[in-house]
Amino acid sequence: MLGLSEMEQQALMLSLGASSQAVLWSLPLAIGLGWLLGTRRFPGHAALNAVVHLPLVLPPVVLGYLLLVLLGRNGPVGAVLEDWFGLRIAFSRGAVVIACAVVGFPLMVRAIRQSAESIDPRFARAARSLGASELRVFLTVSLPLMASGILTGITLAFARAVGEFGATITLAGNLPGRTQTLPLALFTVTQSPGGDMAALRLCLLSLALAAAALMASELIGRRMTRWEVRA
Amino acid sequence: MTLDIHLRHQQGAFCLALDLSLPAQGITGLIGRSGSGKSTLFACLAGHLRPAQGCIRLRDRVLYDSARGVHVPSARRGIGVVFQDGLLFPHMRVRQNLAYGARNAGTAFWHEVIEALELTDRLRAWPGQLSGGERQRAAIARALMAEPDLLLLDEPVSALDPGLKDRTLDLIQRVQQRTQVPMIFISHAPEEVRRLCQTVVTLHNGQAVSVTGATELPAACRALTAAAVG
Repeated sequence: MLGLSEMEQQALMLSLGASSQAVLWSLPLAIGLGWLLGTRRFPGHAALNAVVHLPLVLPPVVLGYLLLVLLGRNGPVGAVLEDWFGLRIAFSRGAVVIACAVVGFPLMVRAIRQSAESIDPRFARAARSLGASELRVFLTVSLPLMASGILTGITLAFARAVGEFGATITLAGNLPGRTQTLPLALFTVTQSPGGDMAALRLCLLSLALAAAALMASELIGRRMTRWEVRA
Repeated sequence: MTLDIHLRHQQGAFCLALDLSLPAQGITGLIGRSGSGKSTLFACLAGHLRPAQGCIRLRDRVLYDSARGVHVPSARRGIGVVFQDGLLFPHMRVRQNLAYGARNAGTAFWHEVIEALELTDRLRAWPGQLSGGERQRAAIARALMAEPDLLLLDEPVSALDPGLKDRTLDLIQRVQQRTQVPMIFISHAPEEVRRLCQTVVTLHNGQAVSVTGATELPAACRALTAAAVG
């Protein structure tokens, strides 16, 4: 495939798969939290906002270590998962997905929150006065009006997940064919003598992925917000 | 057939204190300067704001009663609202906006409202493609489609130019006569109120300084001026 070695192909497929899964799994929670933080004021609002944004300011290795402490075989969550369900998270493909989800999550929530904040609250009032329940207001008015923010959040989180390094190597290790993503593969070949060409290929691949994600986001965004385009 | 309003609500230095019994038929005007309490009363009636004290009764339905802990949420009040800028949902075509709260889309009532407000040719348009007057007419139609017991119009023509304003006022009058939905028309322009309304409430500093027929509006305006000066 495109003259890539087997290791490079595996790294590419793992990066794409893990990043997509990370975005997909965290999207519902990100929408809920983004909407809540953007439209409601409640005790603990600032604290919740800080907790959600913590992964943005923490060094990724610290984040990976904290996840390892939590999800490792002896960690409070990891031990329960292994004892009850036979699941081992650390150093597995699932760990890659979790690391990607955690680092991308605040970017997604931030974009959705900003989008929710910009919605005129009178739209919801108008919908309620037409007899709509809170759920219907959310699904038919708030959610479509947040569409551009959701899309921006998805793009940013996906791009961040594809480029994730520190948390992944700490929580999932660097196992070729199993947990070795594109950045980890790039790191590995730069440490090997004569790996310059492979490093260049992986760099170009990362660039192409980022460009494709941005273009897809732009195209889908135009379709989703067609009412703005036609206004 | 009345709308009974007995409210006390403090918001900073502003205090709304009203005891009104209005006819729940035709068009009732609510007039007053900025800060007189029109918008606060609008929010209380629509259920967007819970007043500190009092009760609101529309015909035989209690919508709010602080003593009995009754607060009917706006979704179940049966009170339609039209905002100053229309506020059509921008991601829906006009037809979808109209159908959003419609009890019976496609019925004779549906066609009656669309025809009365001259929207037949604009149903497939996006809100962003409508003129200011069309947007307001569509917003009025959307609110009427839910067949409300009362429709609140919050300065619906204030942003329109004079020609369009006249036309829209005529259409509001026509649609009210056809549908018989009682309306409260909020405005700060006496000439609009005189033209449309049968009863006029004049507000000043959160209190009703007069409740008169439209023909006595000049006297109401003098009362308003006297209250403002005094």
